[in-house]
Amino acid sequence: MIDTQQVDAQKVDKLRKMAAAVRRRDLQTVNRAKLGHVGGEMSATDILVTLYFAVLHVDPERPDDPDRDRFILSKGHSAVALYTTLAHRGFFPIDQLDTFAQPLSKLNGHPDRNKVPGVETNTGPLGHGLPVGVGAALAAKLQDSSWRVFVLTGDGELQEGSNWEAAMSAAHYKLDNLTVIVDRNRLQQGDWTEQTMHLEPLADKWRAFGWSVQEIDGHNIPQLLQTFSSLPFEPGKPSCIIAHTHKGQGVSFMRDRAGWHHKVPNAEELALALAELEEVTP
Amino acid sequence: MTGSVETPTAVQSADTQLYDCRDAFENKLRELASHDHRIVAVVNDSVGSSKLNQFGQMYPVRLVNVGIAEQNMVGVGAGLANGGLIPFVCGAAPFLTGRALEQIKADMAYSNQNVKLCGMSSGMAYGELGPTHHSIEDMAWLRAIANMTVIVPADPVETAQAVEAAATTYGPMFLRISRLPVPIVHGPDYRFQIGKAALMREGSDVTLIANGVLVARAIEAADMLAKEGVQARVLNMSTVRPLDVDAVISAAAETDGIVTVEEHTVYGGLGGAVAEVVVQNRPVPMRILGVPGVFAPTGSAEWLLEHFGLTAQGIRDAALDLIGARA
Repeated sequence: MIDTQQVDAQKVDKLRKMAAAVRRRDLQTVNRAKLGHVGGEMSATDILVTLYFAVLHVDPERPDDPDRDRFILSKGHSAVALYTTLAHRGFFPIDQLDTFAQPLSKLNGHPDRNKVPGVETNTGPLGHGLPVGVGAALAAKLQDSSWRVFVLTGDGELQEGSNWEAAMSAAHYKLDNLTVIVDRNRLQQGDWTEQTMHLEPLADKWRAFGWSVQEIDGHNIPQLLQTFSSLPFEPGKPSCIIAHTHKGQGVSFMRDRAGWHHKVPNAEELALALAELEEVTP
Repeated sequence: MTGSVETPTAVQSADTQLYDCRDAFENKLRELASHDHRIVAVVNDSVGSSKLNQFGQMYPVRLVNVGIAEQNMVGVGAGLANGGLIPFVCGAAPFLTGRALEQIKADMAYSNQNVKLCGMSSGMAYGELGPTHHSIEDMAWLRAIANMTVIVPADPVETAQAVEAAATTYGPMFLRISRLPVPIVHGPDYRFQIGKAALMREGSDVTLIANGVLVARAIEAADMLAKEGVQARVLNMSTVRPLDVDAVISAAAETDGIVTVEEHTVYGGLGGAVAEVVVQNRPVPMRILGVPGVFAPTGSAEWLLEHFGLTAQGIRDAALDLIGARA
């Protein structure tokens, strides 16, 4: 008889190790390219790894499978976290990450669906992912298809009005195959979101727009797994997960520091960061 | 002529009946939707502005109304295309293009999604409603974006064929559909091709290149010029991007100059596109007729076209002036 708790513990342990591996490779890639947005990449990593290794129905061998689940990285500046996750999931060779931001690389500073298998739409400017996600979820409904759509947005990004146009339409069309995950790391490029432009009460805003909302710890993998397995939260409503996270999660001197939004770690900082991430998952 | 067009396609006798190209658009879209289930329409509240009421009655689920939200509308179009559908995203041209330009660039064009953007009531069709409602920058904005195809049909015949070409050709496209009444200028044998100019009148003295509602006026101007002994070639340049470069170079080589005519600002539209080809390949004198870089004063659409010289008489005068300058 299989002990399900034992299986779950193994699964969680595997995901934790993968998240640490993705964080390490992300930081190495950014250090090498001298370009990246490590703060928001570290905050999104546990979400990305849980989705790609335990939730999404995607096949790296068939990235264009019409019935695949769609994942859209609306916070396109966290491209390296997405690339690293896709590479570890088998969409392209991990070594290709070394080409990031180099001339003619397929791995641009922001993701390009025409060059990178697994990317659904080209993002970079903020507030673009959710409208496209609404369209893809609607396409599934119109064709009686069972694929699901997941959109990861930043929190500062929600200051863009286009998100709220999309939020309204998702509820109107009862898109319970659509989930938005808000990477609520509370920091935007220059400062705390609440100092820059108030987002709170954020959960109430989504609820008022007709979404079913849950707030979770975006670094707690068992909680992420449990939450994703309970989708949709309510039939007939789109689901919103407000994932409370920390910019720079996993590296003590980056954690919750606005300065690490797009600062590039030098060799010394990289070594310190990698050592910390090794300690987390030996 | 070495260009892509050999025989004039214009109907020979002027049809006095006038048409709203949106009707041809809607009829063809409904016909295509009946046998291609991937075709859907996306609108921003104003179903009637795009004349899609009948489409909505026949295919209620396939008419997606996102409300008054153009940014979301274009993003939703890109998402529907991602999901394997062929969305015709329809709205009044000024708001559709201006409000959602970044979505058009990133979600449609850069993402290379199979979205068909349909800008209704383009140009100065909204007349007295004023410059907020005029769409006289859309050709310049959209032809500047990589991957985009920009089509400006001249009459109902061409509108219907352009809709069919859009539905059956992959890629992000913009169709500029006017509501101003126009006569039929294309004969029943006309075959629209993306990227190919249509030769409406043969001529060797001067070339008139127009698109959209002004093609009929360019033909009329050519008829006036013919009576004065000037043989004007007339090209309907319905595709602005990709431009029919061969037809432009042939016109430059075989006639004494080119007059372009557009219901659009003279900055960066049809005239700009033609001039880019002319100056780099076969420089000849040009006149660029359009809205001369101003916000239009109050007036009806018809009055404004006259005000800016976008009439058969105005085109004829510009052509004679051009040839005179050359002589």
